[in-house]
Amino acid sequence: MGKNKDYYQIEKNIQGYKKEIDRLEEEEDTDKERVKKLRDSIKKEWEKIRPQLTALQFVQIARHPDRPYTLDYIEAMINDFLEFHGDRRSGDDPAIVAGFGTYRGRTAAIIGHQKGRKTRERIARNFGQPNPEGFRKALRIMKLAEKYGHPVVTFIDTPGAFPGLGAEERGQAEAIAFNLKEISKLKVPIVNIVIGEGGSGGALGIGVGDELLMLENSFYSVISPEGCAAILWKDQSAVSKAAENLRFLADDLVEFGVADKIIKEPPGGAHIDWLKTFSNVDKELEKALKKIEKMSVEERLEKRYQKYRKIGVFGENDEPK
Amino acid sequence: MGDRWSRCNNCRRILYKQDILDNLYVCPACGFHFRISAKKRLELLYDNGEYKLYDKNISSMDALGFKDSKDYSDRLKEQRKKTSLKDAVLNAEGFMGGIKVLISAMDFSFMGGSMGSVVGEKVTRAFERALDEKIPVIVVSCSGGARMQEGVLSLMQMMKTSSAIGRLDQAGIPYISVITDPTTGGTTASYAMLGDINIAEPNALIGFAGPRVIEQTIKEKLPKGFQRAEFLLEHGMLDDVVERKNLRSYLICALRVFLNLAS
Repeated sequence: MGKNKDYYQIEKNIQGYKKEIDRLEEEEDTDKERVKKLRDSIKKEWEKIRPQLTALQFVQIARHPDRPYTLDYIEAMINDFLEFHGDRRSGDDPAIVAGFGTYRGRTAAIIGHQKGRKTRERIARNFGQPNPEGFRKALRIMKLAEKYGHPVVTFIDTPGAFPGLGAEERGQAEAIAFNLKEISKLKVPIVNIVIGEGGSGGALGIGVGDELLMLENSFYSVISPEGCAAILWKDQSAVSKAAENLRFLADDLVEFGVADKIIKEPPGGAHIDWLKTFSNVDKELEKALKKIEKMSVEERLEKRYQKYRKIGVFGENDEPK
Repeated sequence: MGDRWSRCNNCRRILYKQDILDNLYVCPACGFHFRISAKKRLELLYDNGEYKLYDKNISSMDALGFKDSKDYSDRLKEQRKKTSLKDAVLNAEGFMGGIKVLISAMDFSFMGGSMGSVVGEKVTRAFERALDEKIPVIVVSCSGGARMQEGVLSLMQMMKTSSAIGRLDQAGIPYISVITDPTTGGTTASYAMLGDINIAEPNALIGFAGPRVIEQTIKEKLPKGFQRAEFLLEHGMLDDVVERKNLRSYLICALRVFLNLAS
C-alpha cells in the first residue's frame, strides 16, 4: 500500500465512490440501493486501508482540506449561534471563533479554531493559527459562560499558535499560560473536542477542560511532526519517523490518560461523510456534557484538577530522610 | 586557554575565571550573565547558600519508546551521567532573608532544561507544598520548552503546573517567577509567565516561538533585542529586569512586601 504515499493517493478509490454518491444524491430520484452499495464499498476499502496507515498518513487525514471545520459543526449542531468578536484589549482574531448558541435545548459557549476553506479565507484566518487576541477572546467568552452558568464546548483544529513577531510582542506565551490557569478554575462544564489537528500550545490554550474527546483520525501533539523532524533529526525526510515516535494519535492519548473518549468517524474519515460525523460528535458531546453537568462545582473542579495532576510517567524511589 | 582563563560569550574578552566566579558568573567587563546550574542558583539565592532538597528521586522514563538518533532511555542515562542530575529541575526549601521559601530551579544542562513529566511533576509538587505549608514559592526557569521525547505528556505538564498555580491564587500564597536565559516554548507558556510578578535577568532570551522559527515564518531578520528581557519589559510582560547581583535582595524585598513583614 505504500508507507511513503500521501494519503490523497491512497484514498483515490474512496473518493471515487464518494463522488458517485454525491452525484446520485443530487438526483431527484436517488437510487438508494446503489448509494448503499457504494457506501459498503467505501467501508470495505476503508477496513482494508486503515490498519496499515502510518502516523503521518493519519496526520494527512486530520489535515484533510475537505474535513468539517469548527463553523461546519456549529452550523450543523448549534441553533441561533451568535458569534462574538474581540478580546477587549487590542483586536479580534479570526483564527478562533467564539460565541453563544443553543445546543440540545441549552445555551452553550462555543469556541473553536477556524482554518478557512478557500485560499482567501485561509489567509484571512491565518490558517487557524491563533494570535494572543484569539486566546484572550476565548477566555473572555468562557468567563461570560461562567457568569451565566452555561457550559463551554471547544473545537480544536490548529497547526499551532502563530509564531510571528507581533504575536511575541503581544504576549503569545502569557495568553496561553493565563488561559490554562483560568480554565482550571472555571466553574462551568468544559468539553474539548479535537476535530482535526491538535497543534501544541495553540491547541492547548483552548484545549483543556473536564473531558477531551478526539475524533478517531485526529491528533494532539506537543509539536508538529515537521517541527520535530527539523529539531531532532535536522532532516525534513524524517517527518514520518517523527510522527511515529510522537505517539499523538487518538488511541495513544487514551492510553496516556489525556483523551477520555474516541469519537468514531465514518468509513473513509470525517471528510467522506459529514452528516455521519456530526451525528457521532453530537452523541458523544451530549453524553459528556450530561455527565459533567450533574457534578457539583466543587466536584467538577477537583476532578478537572486531578485529571491533569495524574498525567505524566516517571519513576520514584522512596525519598531518603 | 587552560583551566584558569575563559572567554566571555558576549564581549569576547579573555577573563580570569576566578574573577567571573567571584562576580556571580557575570562578566566583570561587560555584565554578560553566564548560564548557571540549578545548584549554583540555589546557593546564590538562599541564606548562607543553605537549603534542603526535596523530590530528589523522581526520574524520567521513556513512556513513548521514543527514538531519534538514539533511544530516549539511553539519552536519559547519558544526561544523568553527564550532569549528575536526575532531570532538569531541583526542588529546594530554605530561607531567604529569614523567610522560609521553596525554590524550583531549572537546569539547562539537562536536555536543554526541557519540561517532561518529571519537571512538570516536580514544579507542581513545589506549588502544592507551598499550598500545604503556606509558604511562598519561586520558580527559576531556564528551559527550551516542552520535551519532545515525551510527546503529549510534556504538553499536558503545562496545564498541570498552571492548575496548581490557580490554587495558589485562591489561597493567597505568593509565587514569583524568575526567568533566565533562555526560556522558551511550553515553559514560557505556562508557569514562567504566571508569577504574581515575573522577573528576568538582563538580556535573557524569553519567548514562545524560537527566534529561528519566527524568522522562517516572517522571512525577515528579527530586530535587535527581540525577545530579550528588556524587550519583554517594554512590552509589559515582565515586572522588572534585575541583575544577578541584586536578585536575592530584590526577591527578599518582594516577599517581605507581599507577606506584609514590616521591617
